[in-house]
Amino acid sequence: MTQTTASRRVYLDHAATTPVRPEVAEAMLRFMVTDFGNASSVHGFGRVAKEATENARAQVASLMGARPEEIVLMSGGTEADNMAIRGAVLANAGRGRHVITTKIEHHAVLHTCEGLEKEGLAEVTYLPVDAQALVSAEAVAEAIRPDTVLVSLMFANNEVGTIQPVAEVGRLCREKGILFHTDAVQAYGALPLDVDALGIDLLSASSHKIYGPKGIGALFIRKGRKVRPLITGGFQERNRRAGTSNVPGAVGFGLAAELAMKEMEGRRRRLVALRDRLINGLVKKVEFTRLNGHPTLRLPNNANLSFEFVEGESILLSLDMKGVAASSGSACTSGSLEPSHVLLAMGLPPEVAHGSVRMTLGTGNTDEDVDYVLEVLPPIIDRLRAMSPLHAKVVAGREARKGG
Amino acid sequence: MYNQRVMDHFSQPRNVGDIPDADGVGEVGNPVCGDIMRIAIKVRADRIEDIKFKTFGCGAAIATSSMVTELVKGKTLQEAEEISNRTVAEALGGLPAIKMHCSNLAADALHRAIEDYRRRNGGAVGAGVAPAVAAGARAASGPAAHDEDKCPSCCGKIAQLGRELAEGRDITAGPPSDPIK
Repeated sequence: MTQTTASRRVYLDHAATTPVRPEVAEAMLRFMVTDFGNASSVHGFGRVAKEATENARAQVASLMGARPEEIVLMSGGTEADNMAIRGAVLANAGRGRHVITTKIEHHAVLHTCEGLEKEGLAEVTYLPVDAQALVSAEAVAEAIRPDTVLVSLMFANNEVGTIQPVAEVGRLCREKGILFHTDAVQAYGALPLDVDALGIDLLSASSHKIYGPKGIGALFIRKGRKVRPLITGGFQERNRRAGTSNVPGAVGFGLAAELAMKEMEGRRRRLVALRDRLINGLVKKVEFTRLNGHPTLRLPNNANLSFEFVEGESILLSLDMKGVAASSGSACTSGSLEPSHVLLAMGLPPEVAHGSVRMTLGTGNTDEDVDYVLEVLPPIIDRLRAMSPLHAKVVAGREARKGG
Repeated sequence: MYNQRVMDHFSQPRNVGDIPDADGVGEVGNPVCGDIMRIAIKVRADRIEDIKFKTFGCGAAIATSSMVTELVKGKTLQEAEEISNRTVAEALGGLPAIKMHCSNLAADALHRAIEDYRRRNGGAVGAGVAPAVAAGARAASGPAAHDEDKCPSCCGKIAQLGRELAEGRDITAGPPSDPIK
């Protein structure tokens, strides 16, 4: 973004995307260069590609306790969310048109719901969250109507990391015979996840959040559940998603899922330790700092903090000059001029939402990375606060109280 | 995202601070939009002898604040009033399109500081300034500086809230406006 004079480069934006594991990239190369066949072809080139795709499908399924035939491979998490919601609403129009979701979903869910409302195809209830971004299962129960066909609740929030009561909501939906979709893009591969135990009918997952390539993801569709395809054309993916199979993508996604499964517990423990040291260190070192999201029901890699009286983009630019990559819920970084809808739904005042910074750790991060951030971030906040008219007012108020 | 000159003013802003015995102070922006700019001036013989700013905002907000102080230091009040937000952006070699409106209010803050100075010194706001310029400065520094057509996302909602207040609706009663989603 800008010229960097930093001695170190620290990537803390793994919720945005992750690097592809070298062994994953290597496994993919073969299916671009040598075994490049179209998985739908009859000949040997095609059969090799088909076999690799089906192997990958099984790997992707296994990481969520699903069966391979319940996995529809597609372009990514956004397409999976679109298909889950639009496809379920269209396929179940005879049963009703009411959808329940929450105010803190990813835009892939929210904008799809809003689109369906505008088209007159659905009525949508957007449930509020508490100050820690937690949705209550009771609120879901109360919102259910006789014509409710779908509940869509994210597994864990992408901005503040709060893990939602998916099991409770899954049970509730099962009892009422309502389809249950969860956007698990941030949770898949990071947390143990079993679609049967959790009563999930539809689940969105993405490859590039788990050290796989971009451009591929999956929608789990429980056997027997009706979802209308969005992309029509050939007969790929059991008629559920047309388009030539992304074989190298599938191979990469599959291997990334397998590695995530093998390494999950070790990764989780390491990340939680790094995360908590980062959060506690910053809260201790920088006054007027608050943790956004739930302290314990939290993704292992997510640290989201608000530094009051300063604006997020300014913090990101300053961090970038020190080689640290993070993100923010500030309007200026969202491209929308409004601060994060998640932070506002949690009841944060806009000026505090503007000062939020999200740091999401990954397998490549070390203790030294955390030390480096704890060293460079506090002076950045100090510098920006020294420039801030909001901070000046608080300091003046404090001085006045001292003087009085 | 930002050019070198913007980054220079962001990372080494000129004239940060406050003037305890300022002759005029202007503040624009609001926390909802995420930009608040405060400019203080010291005036001697109709010239801006000293100028300091404090800004809560993004990189563009800080860089434009810094640039405007540099542009007008030592200038006459009339010269300072002729500087617009666009002049500031141009002096910085341009800003990303999305920043041109919401984060580019530093000249407005300056004009407010000059208005404040004139009010304190006889109340003739715009005295000695071509009427059109003075009117422009007043318009730019008021709430109209947040042009809802250019900034529908945040300022449209603020303007809507304003309209509802003007119509006498009790906004504490909650919707319909839902100004901030």
